[in-house]
Amino acid sequence: MSYYFTIINTRDAPLFELEFGTSKAGGDGAARFSPEARAMNPFIVHSSLDIVDELRWGKDAMYLKRIDQFSSSHISTFLTPTSIRFMLLHLPHPPNLAPAFIPSPGSYPPFTPYTSNPLSSSTSSASSSSTFKSSTSGAGSIANNPASPQTEEAIRLFFWDVFEVWIKATMNPFQSMEKVLGSPVFKQRVLGAGRKYL
Amino acid sequence: MAAATKATRVGEEVWKSRVDKVNAELVTLTYGTMVAQLCSDFDSNYAEVNNQLDKMGYNIGIRLIEDFFAKSGVPRCANLRETAETISKVGFKIFLNITPIVTNWAADNKQFSLIFEENPLADFVELPDDGKAQDELWFSNMLCGILRGALEMVQMQIEAHYVSDVLRGDDTTEMRITLLRYIDDEMPPDDE
Repeated sequence: MSYYFTIINTRDAPLFELEFGTSKAGGDGAARFSPEARAMNPFIVHSSLDIVDELRWGKDAMYLKRIDQFSSSHISTFLTPTSIRFMLLHLPHPPNLAPAFIPSPGSYPPFTPYTSNPLSSSTSSASSSSTFKSSTSGAGSIANNPASPQTEEAIRLFFWDVFEVWIKATMNPFQSMEKVLGSPVFKQRVLGAGRKYL
Repeated sequence: MAAATKATRVGEEVWKSRVDKVNAELVTLTYGTMVAQLCSDFDSNYAEVNNQLDKMGYNIGIRLIEDFFAKSGVPRCANLRETAETISKVGFKIFLNITPIVTNWAADNKQFSLIFEENPLADFVELPDDGKAQDELWFSNMLCGILRGALEMVQMQIEAHYVSDVLRGDDTTEMRITLLRYIDDEMPPDDE
């Protein structure tokens, strides 16, 4: 699974962006987005913001779970009490199992969630086979299925960890809610949470 | 070391019984916001920010010393070593609940360092990443001013400055304090 995580402030401006891959089931923690997917990710996430706005008044929990899907990319959201939105786009490997892209009228240009290139194809197939093994072998690891309860729970834990470091980061007097969060410490901690749960 | 253990005891006791406590985050956020505001007011002229913090600290120090003696009741210190222990184990203890380590004495006993293992003023803080703050801003510089002001009121002229700060990526936070002179009571000019 590849992840694209972003934090969006109340004016819909991204404060933080990060790409990473799964560290479970032998994953190396590197994101495997194709260049096209990488370019599309921010747009996909932004298009889901309207859904967040619709959902936010109907739910008590901060974790809104999986709220949207675009092609084979899934969006999970965590909404802080001050309406800062944590958006996590997750794109499952392997790509050959991903549903085909069905363009709707007036939709975005199609993109391939994954293009094999000589560099990453070997690692990708290795990790996908091990993912398959572990998902059949038992609970505890995230199945390669974005809709599964395990994935939902793992993402919930990830979001709560990030929320905690987020609180610390925003307590920094030099940080403002209008400014991009460039702190390397924060980035490391988010990556750490990703490694731990995803 | 007798002075040190005595100071520790006094500090503990005053901290427990005679000090009004206030929420740490209130202090941290108030101080942090103030420094951040100074940085924006002086347009990231960090030398000037350090200077302003020192001045504010001085004005706090010259008042705080009276309160310090009223609360702690410590007697006159015989030498600078005793003064240093009192600053660390009574002064910092009752006002900030920390006890910086007194160390690195100069050979002439007129210079020492305070090493801060924790600094409640700097919790949550990361210095701005503008390529300057990391080299120029001493975030907790107010503490230097406070010591300077407080000691001046008890006839000691000192100079205090930070030499390292964990906020800048250093291993420790160290403040260097130098005794310049004891201020003699001087007759006002033309006083018969």
